[in-house]
Amino acid sequence: MVKSLEDRIFNLLVCLFLGLAALGAILPLMYVVSVSITPISEVLKNGGFILIPKAVTFSAYEQLFTQTGIPRAFAVTAFITIAGTAVNLVLTALMAYPLSRKLMPGRSFFLLMILFTMLFSGGIIPTYLVVKSLGLLDSVWSMILPNAVWSFNVLIMKSFYEGMPEELFESARIDGAKELRILLQIVVPLSVPSMLTIGLFYMVGHWNEFFQAIMYVTDRSLFPLQVIIREILMMTQQPLENAENVLPTETMQMAAVITASLPIIVVYPFIQKHFTKGMLLGSVKG
Amino acid sequence: MLLPGVIYYILFRYLPMYGVIIAFKDYSMVDGILGSGWADPWYKYFTQFFNSPYFSQLLVNTFLISFYKLIFGIVPPIAMALLLNECRLKWFKSVVQTLTYMPHFLSWVIIYGILLALMSQSSGLFNRLLEDAGLSSIPFLTSPDHFRAILVGSEIWKDLGWGAIIYLAAMTGIDPTLYEAAKVDGSGRLRMIWHITLPGIRNVIVLLLILKLGQIMDAGFDQIYILYNIQVYSVADILDTWVFRTGLQQLNFSLGAAVGLFKSAIGLVLVLGSNQLAKKWGEGIW
Repeated sequence: MVKSLEDRIFNLLVCLFLGLAALGAILPLMYVVSVSITPISEVLKNGGFILIPKAVTFSAYEQLFTQTGIPRAFAVTAFITIAGTAVNLVLTALMAYPLSRKLMPGRSFFLLMILFTMLFSGGIIPTYLVVKSLGLLDSVWSMILPNAVWSFNVLIMKSFYEGMPEELFESARIDGAKELRILLQIVVPLSVPSMLTIGLFYMVGHWNEFFQAIMYVTDRSLFPLQVIIREILMMTQQPLENAENVLPTETMQMAAVITASLPIIVVYPFIQKHFTKGMLLGSVKG
Repeated sequence: MLLPGVIYYILFRYLPMYGVIIAFKDYSMVDGILGSGWADPWYKYFTQFFNSPYFSQLLVNTFLISFYKLIFGIVPPIAMALLLNECRLKWFKSVVQTLTYMPHFLSWVIIYGILLALMSQSSGLFNRLLEDAGLSSIPFLTSPDHFRAILVGSEIWKDLGWGAIIYLAAMTGIDPTLYEAAKVDGSGRLRMIWHITLPGIRNVIVLLLILKLGQIMDAGFDQIYILYNIQVYSVADILDTWVFRTGLQQLNFSLGAAVGLFKSAIGLVLVLGSNQLAKKWGEGIW
């Protein structure tokens, strides 16, 4: 096929704009990376403008891990990410599977019950009081349980389960399998890709956990990564309020930013296609 | 099987809804929700809020920020999707997609860190460049003049690529014979975009617009709470952030709950209203 000149110019322009968008997405991060690995003296001298550092040092990361609460916060975040995602997935599957079965008694009542929570909520204060009266304040579970199920994900999983052929379940029932067994041995293995997808959504949510932590947790040793990082970032603006801590330098702050985003950036390219699939899963109405 | 999920919904979703009655009571920690006496008159906390100077400020901020995000958040992803759709280089397209989706997974704390690196008055890249050029520095993050632009801008940056996914999916659903017919008729690529691609995704655009309209009361708690500071309260404080500060940090539980209820109620009306609108366009959500 012969391409006209006009077509070539058009293609070139498209690529150019796309390239600009991609650079716009990645350059700020690259800048942060290079500030974080540049010696602080160099940063001060060059007026901060470095994209490719001349000298490389990891002292900011060293300081970060030895002088701040980062390692502990890492552990807290890792815990709520793993335990939280497990809780999320189990509860979501347990909700979505019965709701996907037409025979289930009271199905529309429970569906309505879920839908209504997407429209109306008690608000921040009453939710806080409930969490408080359950004795969950200042516990890692306060960052896991109040959001143990996302209604939207239940609906996604439900419509996925609905797509499974009814004969599958019938034959299992004839073979004497009870519902729980059907869920564990037939439904779950068949739905691994979509479970993985919503699991990844849940995981990112937990890794970035911030809101519930500042609401329900006052015990510093339970702060997740994002809360600690924000404190470190805020410190230059209100210096010396926390006199017990060493004032973080600019390079340390940027090292903190990279530390908290690295896990996502590293795993992200591998799981990207699942995310995209999940996004579309949600957009196609069931 | 449904039990664990239902328990979750009752505890963390419906109990707080019941808890909103504290908006009508003089809540005291000691007496608990049931034990506290009724406020006199029962709408005391609502009038207190409506008569306070915060009322109009919070409402204006909430609506304006949401509105800006709605308007400026819809064109860039569509443009992005159009460009990706026109890109003929497969590998380049997937590289661009990978890079531009990524910011979506970064937390607002991380983005705050990036913004500090670029825009803080003392050490940000932009201000260093301004100073090098002999100009005075601009307090991007602490001045009311720039704050909303930064809120909207950072949101666009975060979700540019991600937001494009759904439009891109809609574009793949367009009948390819339309393009062939247009080509035979001698129309160029731009004409095809204007007359085929854009009309082809109109439904999706309308649907998303309406969905966002329903969420206009949530201007984005996490983002604003993390980015704002006392200097910009006047333009950045929204209902949620105010409830958080007044209700939880200053322990005005009843007042906070009243404002929260006010917000939820308007939100409910907006969601229902926008769904009615959507139905008129034949795109109802339920």
